[in-house]
Amino acid sequence: MKELICIVCPRGCHLKVDENDDYKVTGHRCARGVLYGYQEMTAPTRVVTSTVVLENAGEERCPVRTSQAVPKAKMFEVIDIVRKLKISAPVSLGQVLVPDIAGSGADLIATRSFSGTGN
Amino acid sequence: MKTQQYDLVVIGGGPAGMAAAVSAYDQGVRSIVILERDKQLGGILNQCIHNGFGLHHFKEELSGPEYAERYIKDVRARDIEVRLESMVLDLNSERIIQLVSPSHGFELIEAKAVILAMGSRERARGGIGTPGTRPAGVLTAGAAQRYVNLEGQRVGENIVILGSGDIGLIMARRLSLEGCKVHACVEIMSEPGGLARNIVQCLQDFDIPLLLSHTVTRIEGKKRIEAVHIAKVDMQMRPIPGTERRVACDTLLLSVGLIPENELSRAAGVELDNRTKGPQVFENLQTSVPGVFACGNVLHIHDLVDHVSDESARAGRAAAAYLSKQTDTAGGDLIALEAGRGLRYTVPQRLHLRPDLEKLDIFFRVTHTAEEQKIIVESGGKQIALFRRVHVAPGEMEKITLPAKVLAEIQPGAKLSLRLEAAL
Ligand SMILES: Cc1cc2nc3c(=O)[nH]c(=O)nc-3n(C[C@H](O)[C@H](O)[C@H](O)COP(=O)(O)OP(=O)(O)OC[C@H]3O[C@@H](n4cnc5c(N)ncnc54)[C@H](O)[C@@H]3O)c2cc1C
Ligand code: SF4
Repeated sequence: MKELICIVCPRGCHLKVDENDDYKVTGHRCARGVLYGYQEMTAPTRVVTSTVVLENAGEERCPVRTSQAVPKAKMFEVIDIVRKLKISAPVSLGQVLVPDIAGSGADLIATRSFSGTGN
Repeated sequence: MKTQQYDLVVIGGGPAGMAAAVSAYDQGVRSIVILERDKQLGGILNQCIHNGFGLHHFKEELSGPEYAERYIKDVRARDIEVRLESMVLDLNSERIIQLVSPSHGFELIEAKAVILAMGSRERARGGIGTPGTRPAGVLTAGAAQRYVNLEGQRVGENIVILGSGDIGLIMARRLSLEGCKVHACVEIMSEPGGLARNIVQCLQDFDIPLLLSHTVTRIEGKKRIEAVHIAKVDMQMRPIPGTERRVACDTLLLSVGLIPENELSRAAGVELDNRTKGPQVFENLQTSVPGVFACGNVLHIHDLVDHVSDESARAGRAAAAYLSKQTDTAGGDLIALEAGRGLRYTVPQRLHLRPDLEKLDIFFRVTHTAEEQKIIVESGGKQIALFRRVHVAPGEMEKITLPAKVLAEIQPGAKLSLRLEAAL
């Protein structure tokens, strides 16, 4: 039995998920909690956000994120790639910086535009 | 020195200032300037690189910079003047603004209307009174967020976070991903301050202990912080002797909350509310000084930027109406709003009950977490509206809207009071 806090809505129900009973969820107050409990136990995912080194923009860092949630187990692998990345302005919002990052199926995208002023 | 003239001056270019300027423009105001002390628009959103913004407005989860960029585009698409690196030093009740910038030096601006949108500041350590030395390595979570996310600096390697507000939690994750070791998040209250989602995704994901009913009793270190002493507290929040332990660290982040930036509000003679720490406003977000409006975190601390944008658009429309003299705020009965049992405050605090008032949005925060509640609205001892909530918590701002037919039932001269009650 694993205890989880449901994060789908602010009520924050304390869920219990039974791994030995096909991930049966109890403690939820609505059906979304059941889905969350099941997913969080079987295939948890997270959107990863960070920054990368930016050149030629007069700013130090460009904010980035994964275009969709990636498997939680891949989180550190994604971050390792992000930390080694260096990009140069101009950059546009939504621009794909690394396609299919760490084989996660998600792209790494820029979340802000920078014109290449270089000052 | 020549005083420059504008119809509308917006102080602050965060989400509040941008939404207010755009909506005033769309209502026909043409002489508008946004004054922003930073070198870019966007305010605090620029450093909030995590996702979770805009769910209400755009039905998707954006990061702070993405949300900001949508509004920056809206501003740039209009003939709204933006002055960056322009710091407002003073505002008086005649709406004369003193401004300083590297490009123009000291300037004076006279405005027919002003919108205050300066956001908030973090409560600093002085405000929480931790005993011990004052070494380097003790900083607010928001300052750390700026150093790490905007400047790409490292704040330290071994981190302790005091306070479980959302900014601290977000930074716990951010620093863990950056390879730092976050040893604990220490919260004096028995409940966490931040959202459940952040407890899970920022602490549990990284196995960071959340120490509820604990506090930092001492900070060790001469030049740089070397350790903190953490102890359990009793019901009166006093450290319990014998529970103290020492945790070695080189950085202590303080995440103890935000308060409205109210220096200019005070300078202008605007009446403040000692519960929100922001200006008192009427239903149209006008402060006690005619022609001066307030919105966003400068008015009261918001947890969702979507609410900031909505509220600020209303302030922009109200300023436009004021400029075209459509709103005679002196007209109508003056009604005071009362935050009754279970409520910490209401915004607005007062309203002019005019016949043309179509609806009234009321924002408030509750005093405690509870399930299955009702919000009762009364005037002159009579219940005029009722709203139900399955869940309320102090960390989540609440909003109700009273339609015209409810407003018609407000008794002139009586208070409009709101209170919370268990719905059985
Ligand atoms: C760390 C953090 C995390 C958050 N996370 C979320 C989240 O996940 N989801 C969500 O929806 N909301 C979140 N919020 C809330 C939301 O971002 C804020 O409520 C919102 O940004 C407030 O907007 P604002 O325009 O009132 O203030 P700000 O964004 O602070 O903007 C105020 C602006 O005014 C300028 N200014 C101040 N004084 C002067 C002066 N004297 N002269 C000139 N300019 C001045 C400042 O430079 C700044 O640009 C978060 C807030 C913080 C602080
Ligand atoms: S189970 Fe339903 S009610 Fe409970 S927190 Fe999850 S979504 Fe909210």
